[in-house]
Amino acid sequence: MSASSSASTGNGIARFILYTLLALFCVYYLLPLYVMVVNSLKPLSEITSGGMMSLPETLTFAPWQSAWSQAQVGVEATGLRPYFINSIQMVVPAVALSTLLGALNGYVLTKWPFRGSTILFGLLLFGCFIPFQIVLIPMARMLGLMGLAGSVPGLIFVHLVYGIGFSTLYFRNYYAAFPTELVRAAQIDGAGFFTIFWRILLPSSGPIAVVCIIWQFTNIWNDFLFGASFSDFDSQPMTVALNNLVQSSTGVKEYNVHFAGAIMAALPTLLVYIVAGRYFVRGLMAGSVKG
Amino acid sequence: MGFLDIKNATKSYGAVKVLHETNISIEEGEFLVLVGPSGCGKSTLLNMIAGLEDITSGEIAIKGRSMNGVKPAERNIAMVFQSYALYPNMTVKGNISFGMEMHGMPKEQREPRIAQVADLLQISHLLDRKPGQLSGGQRQRVAMGRALVREPDVFLFDEPLSNLDAKLRVDMRTEIKKLHQKLGTTIVYVTHDQIEALTLSTRIAVMFGGYVQQLGTPKEIYDDPANMFVAGFMGSPSMNLFPAKIVASANGSAAEVALHGGQTAQIPFANGAMSAHQGREIILGLRPEAITDKDGADRNSQSVHIVECPVEVTEPAGSDTFVVTQIGGKDVTGRFRADVNVKAGETFPFAFNMEKAVVFDPKTEDRIR
Repeated sequence: MSASSSASTGNGIARFILYTLLALFCVYYLLPLYVMVVNSLKPLSEITSGGMMSLPETLTFAPWQSAWSQAQVGVEATGLRPYFINSIQMVVPAVALSTLLGALNGYVLTKWPFRGSTILFGLLLFGCFIPFQIVLIPMARMLGLMGLAGSVPGLIFVHLVYGIGFSTLYFRNYYAAFPTELVRAAQIDGAGFFTIFWRILLPSSGPIAVVCIIWQFTNIWNDFLFGASFSDFDSQPMTVALNNLVQSSTGVKEYNVHFAGAIMAALPTLLVYIVAGRYFVRGLMAGSVKG
Repeated sequence: MGFLDIKNATKSYGAVKVLHETNISIEEGEFLVLVGPSGCGKSTLLNMIAGLEDITSGEIAIKGRSMNGVKPAERNIAMVFQSYALYPNMTVKGNISFGMEMHGMPKEQREPRIAQVADLLQISHLLDRKPGQLSGGQRQRVAMGRALVREPDVFLFDEPLSNLDAKLRVDMRTEIKKLHQKLGTTIVYVTHDQIEALTLSTRIAVMFGGYVQQLGTPKEIYDDPANMFVAGFMGSPSMNLFPAKIVASANGSAAEVALHGGQTAQIPFANGAMSAHQGREIILGLRPEAITDKDGADRNSQSVHIVECPVEVTEPAGSDTFVVTQIGGKDVTGRFRADVNVKAGETFPFAFNMEKAVVFDPKTEDRIR
């Protein structure tokens, strides 16, 4: 009796320490977000007078408005809106195409293997680990030759090429655990190559598709290097525009506007995580355990 | 020419030949079972009939039409897989109708056939469920329904019962047999279970090492095995195979065997058989039911011989008692009546029914007739 009660007391202390630590970590991680949100809702005067950590005295949404549609980005005072639209126009097709092609590659590599398919997969994997900087110049030349230089489709192409390696890896490992007998049964039932893909494999690929979409979306949305290298003024993605906004050397540094812009740039990925995050962990587990 | 003809079919993966020249021909409505241990080439042969594997050489024809190079979908076959291979994202109904849909059959024609098959297999109440919500036996039925609804020329079964538990397996076995009798379809069925092979088939091909060892009716395979592999593989408990020597005896010839403890005994063959082989070392094969106690022996047999043998082990199995002795250094099991009074360690009269005896060459392992 006494032994068990002392054990539970010890347990309680351990738990108290644990939760305190967790709470501290939580505060530590959330502090930057707090600073960003709080300062994006203050007039500039409050920030410059030294109150970075304090709550806003006068609540204002003007910095958000300014960052969205009025602030000076580069040479024009358009706000971040056009660049946000650029980013959306880039990220949606790039994610959709790279996921779909990755699924198709995974399907072929696992269910229709051919001579050299393992080597091909190895090369695709290798492509995942090539540093971005190495391809900048050859890619610029390629885009020039294809007539896609400095355009949103050009950026889509670049991200598609870079995304296929990872999306193929995900889907190949997922489909490796997918029973081949199902494919054979469908063959006997009279389904062709693409019918089997559309009707049998894709509908069962939910978890891994979510993983792939989150991964690709985050990477492509947050990419700065390709965006800065391969875009013109009218095709710059959000990340590059945010940089231009923050780095602009004329006039006063509007920190509150910068904070608002930075949050805007981060919101879409945050949203994707909140909507699909629980599938993310589940899908990663499925891929790793079975694959 | 039969309904399904396999002529000199072979299969190689690179330099490895997994299926040697195979010739099988069956008539419409036959139930052919391909049986053998794993790696014997039986599933490969089935996949070749299905068109899922190419034929390296030779020909497979269904209804007189060569199937070489014909796609699986165009062979008018249906297949039931070991894992059932039900499409996980579709309902039972979707699974059953998928094949018809792929063959472009309009919806109004599909519906009555689905209903008919569901009724036949008693799965009507499951039509709207997903495969994940079904038990093993129900999945098995759905898999059969998917095959049946196509009304194919040939049904292919790839170890369909091996994922079921023991009781369900026996039930489904009976069900498959009933279905075959009712529908009279041609079936090719792969299994490694020799009891399934014997109970279901009208013909059995026993396979080993990429060769068909013997093709015949269940009775031929059981009573008249072509070699020691077939003799040992088919039947449970398996056939007793022990060394003996053929010697001359009063009415022809006899098998001289070494009993446990150094004694020898002579067991005469029936009707002067084996007279041409006197002096030869052989392997004698007798099934457990041909070695009994005296009163349990087959009364119709003209050639039952009693030999006193030392009993090593008795294994009461309810309906029978299996009694083990040693002959020629091998354990030999006899199937005695359940209530026979026999104890391990004593000597007991064993009745050998030599009409059932089969003789093999110890080196080639082939039958000596």
